[in-house]
Amino acid sequence: MRLDGQPGEVIHRGTPLTFTWNGRPYPAFAGDTIGSALAAAGERVFSRSLKYHRPRGLLTADGNDPGCLVQVDGEPNVRGAHRRVSAGMAVTAQGVWPSLRFDLKALNRLAGPALSTGFYYKTFIRPRRLWPYYERVLRRFSPGGRVPSPSSPAGRYEHRYAHPDVLVAGGGPAGMAAALAAAEAGARVMLVDDQPALGGHLRWGGPDGLAALAQLRAAVAAAGGIEVLTDSVVTGQYEGGLVAVVQHGLPGLTERLVKARPRQLVAAAGLIERPYVIAGNDLPGVMLSTAVRRLINLYAVRPGARAVVFTANDDGTAAAADLARAGVDVRRVVDARDGGDIVRVRGRGGVRAVECGDGSVVRCDLLVTAVGWTAPTGLLTMTGGRAAYRAGAARFVPTELPDGVLATGGLVGDGTLAELIGHGRAVGQAAARRAGRTAPASPVPDLVPAPHPELFAGRTNGFVDFTEDVSTKDLAAAVAEGYDSIELVKRYTTATMGPTQGKLEAVNTIAVVAAATGRGIPETGTTTARPPYAPVSLGALAGRNYQPVRRSPMHDWHVAHGATPLVAGAWIRPDHYGDPAGEVRAVRQGVGIIDVTPLGKFELRGPHIPDLLELLYVNRWRKLAVGAVRYGVMCTEDGVVFDDGVTGRLGEHRYLLTATSSGAEAVGEWLERWLQTERAHWRVHVVPMTDAYASINVAGPRSRELVRRLTTGIDLSPEAFPYMRVRLGEVAGVPDCVVWRIGFTGELSYELHVPAGNGLRVWEALLATGVDLGVRPFGVEAQRILRLEKGHLVVGQDTDGLTQAYSAGLDWAIKMDKDDFVGKPELAWQRVRDGQVVLVGLQPADPELVPPESSQLVEGDRRIVGRITSSRFSPTLDRSIALGFVAPDLAEPGTVVTMLLPDGRRLPARVMPQLAHVDPEGKRLHG
Amino acid sequence: MVLLPCPHCGPRDAAEFGYVGERAARPDPGAATPQQWRGYLYLRRNPAGWADELWLHRAGCGRYLAMSRHTVTGDIRAVRDAATGGAD
Repeated sequence: MRLDGQPGEVIHRGTPLTFTWNGRPYPAFAGDTIGSALAAAGERVFSRSLKYHRPRGLLTADGNDPGCLVQVDGEPNVRGAHRRVSAGMAVTAQGVWPSLRFDLKALNRLAGPALSTGFYYKTFIRPRRLWPYYERVLRRFSPGGRVPSPSSPAGRYEHRYAHPDVLVAGGGPAGMAAALAAAEAGARVMLVDDQPALGGHLRWGGPDGLAALAQLRAAVAAAGGIEVLTDSVVTGQYEGGLVAVVQHGLPGLTERLVKARPRQLVAAAGLIERPYVIAGNDLPGVMLSTAVRRLINLYAVRPGARAVVFTANDDGTAAAADLARAGVDVRRVVDARDGGDIVRVRGRGGVRAVECGDGSVVRCDLLVTAVGWTAPTGLLTMTGGRAAYRAGAARFVPTELPDGVLATGGLVGDGTLAELIGHGRAVGQAAARRAGRTAPASPVPDLVPAPHPELFAGRTNGFVDFTEDVSTKDLAAAVAEGYDSIELVKRYTTATMGPTQGKLEAVNTIAVVAAATGRGIPETGTTTARPPYAPVSLGALAGRNYQPVRRSPMHDWHVAHGATPLVAGAWIRPDHYGDPAGEVRAVRQGVGIIDVTPLGKFELRGPHIPDLLELLYVNRWRKLAVGAVRYGVMCTEDGVVFDDGVTGRLGEHRYLLTATSSGAEAVGEWLERWLQTERAHWRVHVVPMTDAYASINVAGPRSRELVRRLTTGIDLSPEAFPYMRVRLGEVAGVPDCVVWRIGFTGELSYELHVPAGNGLRVWEALLATGVDLGVRPFGVEAQRILRLEKGHLVVGQDTDGLTQAYSAGLDWAIKMDKDDFVGKPELAWQRVRDGQVVLVGLQPADPELVPPESSQLVEGDRRIVGRITSSRFSPTLDRSIALGFVAPDLAEPGTVVTMLLPDGRRLPARVMPQLAHVDPEGKRLHG
Repeated sequence: MVLLPCPHCGPRDAAEFGYVGERAARPDPGAATPQQWRGYLYLRRNPAGWADELWLHRAGCGRYLAMSRHTVTGDIRAVRDAATGGAD
């Protein structure tokens, strides 16, 4: 039921809205949480519990509420007592079937023994073959929400970096005071709170608190240098002082992960109220004192009609006063400080009565407990701080703080509002000083935890961990089974391992285990806190996708002309234009053009380029004349083939070096590595040019005719421009083009490197000008067939991470008479070593059979003698062709080897006299 | 998640850098025995303590950096551009 206006209410009654809960419309006000709006409408059951499918309602009415995980539109596991409701939001209960009210799975309660302690480890394990079946059934019983389908619209997430001097985690009075004091000292402060507004407990703590809150908020707003992040939570502190903050509720953004590196962190997380462990303590209608005070004072919701209040502190008394003021009939206040106790909560589906320690039974629909506080020390202990148990205060308090971290507020101790603010100010000043600012060195006053009775669990069996459905009995059973360490009990029972991660239940777990083992709480110790402190969505961690996609200047043309895309690293390339075999024939018979823009390109300048090339390639470079091009092979220091490509000498001290498309980045770093570390005195400047040039290979017997029509200033006659030469000139009116004659396809071919902005112009000019020559574009697949026909290897395809250069048929390129080159010693040793595999051309006996790449070559049943590295059907030869590695004793031309196909067939193939299947003499290339 | 000091760019997120490896002196390729050469290729000290490492500021200045880094604490006591030489 909604109350009349409350002084500190955060709902906007002028902005009513409607959302749906399990398909039915519900009213709410802007400012409501999902939980408060449903509570105002009289709903009490919000979810079913994990194991027993017990009905659960509001317990804490904040972000730690264990019974309030809901599905919001496509988003699962939303904390319903924390998330603000919005118009049209579709909220549903999670993991219930057929409905929240009549949940058949509650029958689990009858099967209770099967779900006893450690059932994860005991049940559903045997027989193993039935596991897939168990898994299917169990999945239906799990409480998580529905993961959004891949087609549903993704949220928008991003990352931000921040470098404040001081980051204050927690915006209660002490946190605000710390932020203010630090800002006054000139520090840049980031103040973070998980609620939509600053204030902490002052927001719902009564009229005095509200007046002080208004002052503090005004001061924060007026102070320069405080950035306030509300609806945001510090989820952890990591190595190097990194603090992760997840920010929610930003316009147009689902979540943002702030990676902050404050020079000082001030933890001001306040206190978390603990539930009381007795029978029936999870029934809807059992609430903490802070929950009813939030409901009444923030959301003007009357949490029940008739209440029993069980209290051990003044906050319970204050809650009783709030309840009375809200028109709740407070039937009895049981005060633990006067020896009062409650034993059991009665009811089915909701609170019906409370059994008190004196034997009396009080009928009610609401039980409010105020039995003590947990200091959330996790943020401190996860980076090396320590906490210790103070029996007199019935809570753990921080005793050692990690470097760069200070703490204030309820986390440290209790006090009046003035004392909390005074402590916060002193800590804020200390933080500013440590961050290098000038602040008064006022001593930090003591803030001591107030005396509190130790009250964790009553005499009956109740729930300790609400999200994991772990009870007193389960913990006792685990101890009885021999799990006496708290860390083991945690893992065995899964207590504290649910969505609240121990913030609500860890201390009760420790207390119950301490009682069961007969040891004290200090001896029992705590479990280890790890990030994240609060749930984080995977989207926030992933952030926005900045993975670049690279496209050549001709990309749109390829798309418009029906190219099938091929993802090659970061590049999207045309695999083919519908008929790769036809494209191959066009190149062999007429002329074709291919977009080879992704080819790695580096312009080298400087006097020591020949030295660099001599060092990094196995071949010789010193005599490369201006205007000449040479193919080169690079190895790493272990003699393994690393990359290959052609390099042309454009001028006295100017070269254009090309690398494979996939190796471009690594080659760039390799060149720089040698130039910066081993040969720093060499004067060579390397400019990456891959994107600066659009590259087009024009290949085929009629390529000269085509290129001649478009070039100016270059004599294309075979005498003036022979194979492996480079010329600079104008192509299709575009100046500053590099044209070289090479032959990856095995045909007469010219590679044009055109300033990228004019790539499409030259591409279209080639196609328009060559219509009568039968020019057509070809894609990567046709190029692969063409090069395989010619027997040109592809590094990484026909070599692997162990292929040394003498195994790759590159003997002719390796110049062992050079003084030095990268990998030389290993190649020298490889040359004289026996048993080295050899790359050979192979042709299957069955010309129709194309052996899948990576098919093994075998001898009998026991010996692998090689493998197929590349295979295709050759349109030129009308038969299948391949390259592969074979053992040296099988490399003799004419040897018949046995291919073992993935389907188990063993079929013969013949070793060819050379790698090239087409035109081994190279007549076409040199034409 | 860690900041590394770049002598050219200042402190930068470790994600901008590539770890190349412990620095190793290249033996004379004309005189090295297989054992010496393979020590250069594969054998590193891998200390739990101060290590001489080579890093590349890939998403920054593109320079190779020689770093003396403590592999346990992550502290860095010296860093220089690898090209500037130093006491190796």
